[in-house]
Amino acid sequence: MSVVKTETLELRNEQDIVLARQAVRRLSQACGFSLVDQTKMVTAASELARNTVTYGQGGTVLCETILDGARTGLRLTFADSGPGIADVSLAMTDGWTSGNGLGMGLTGAKRLVNEFDLDTKPGSGTRVTITRWK
Amino acid sequence: MEHIPILQMGEFLLVTIQVDMHDRLALQLQDDLTNKIQATGARGVLLDISALDMVDSFIGRMIANISGMSRILDAHTVLVGMQPSVAITLVELGLTLPGVKTALNVERGMAMLRSAMGAAEKADVSSQD
Repeated sequence: MSVVKTETLELRNEQDIVLARQAVRRLSQACGFSLVDQTKMVTAASELARNTVTYGQGGTVLCETILDGARTGLRLTFADSGPGIADVSLAMTDGWTSGNGLGMGLTGAKRLVNEFDLDTKPGSGTRVTITRWK
Repeated sequence: MEHIPILQMGEFLLVTIQVDMHDRLALQLQDDLTNKIQATGARGVLLDISALDMVDSFIGRMIANISGMSRILDAHTVLVGMQPSVAITLVELGLTLPGVKTALNVERGMAMLRSAMGAAEKADVSSQD
């Protein structure tokens, strides 16, 4: 698997969430995703970017266009050095929220992509990686 | 402070969201719209999202809130113009917007509001009898 192109965006505030959505839209189009797949990736990115800003005290998103044989994909890695998630299985429950959201962010984002990986430890931040293939 | 315009058309309010909303703008719209319903006595709200190319859980919650709040203020809200790719994504995300009335476009939304208001007036008349 090779990385064709990378781009890193800061996620500090609400405006950065909008900018991240727009960047993911542009990169999904460049990967040749269908409109529905673009929309799924942008929506998943919006949920995770908001988590980074709201719960992770800000962080970054690394956007990578990847090639695996004949497949093109887009991989996004959301990283923060916030408080981390103490109970991952609870956080991955539909409708559960530690804040005042709907509790659909993590679980919803997972349903919208092909690959989902959550790496977190209390006190050492959270890293969520999602991939969608064309 | 940025605002999303709210247009008055007779006894209805029309809100057309044409920008990629950040979270504070979505919350501002809830405030503005509830104030406008109170100030104008509007009985119906058309929320046109045909220009939105994505609805995430935050915007989804705003839509559900607007619908619930307007109902308490004696107005019906109809969500119109959702793009098919947005509908597919929203359901997979896990949001089905229960309790939110929807129509395919503004015209059908308007017809829906009129019939909802017609039914309410009939009920008023019969309760006076």
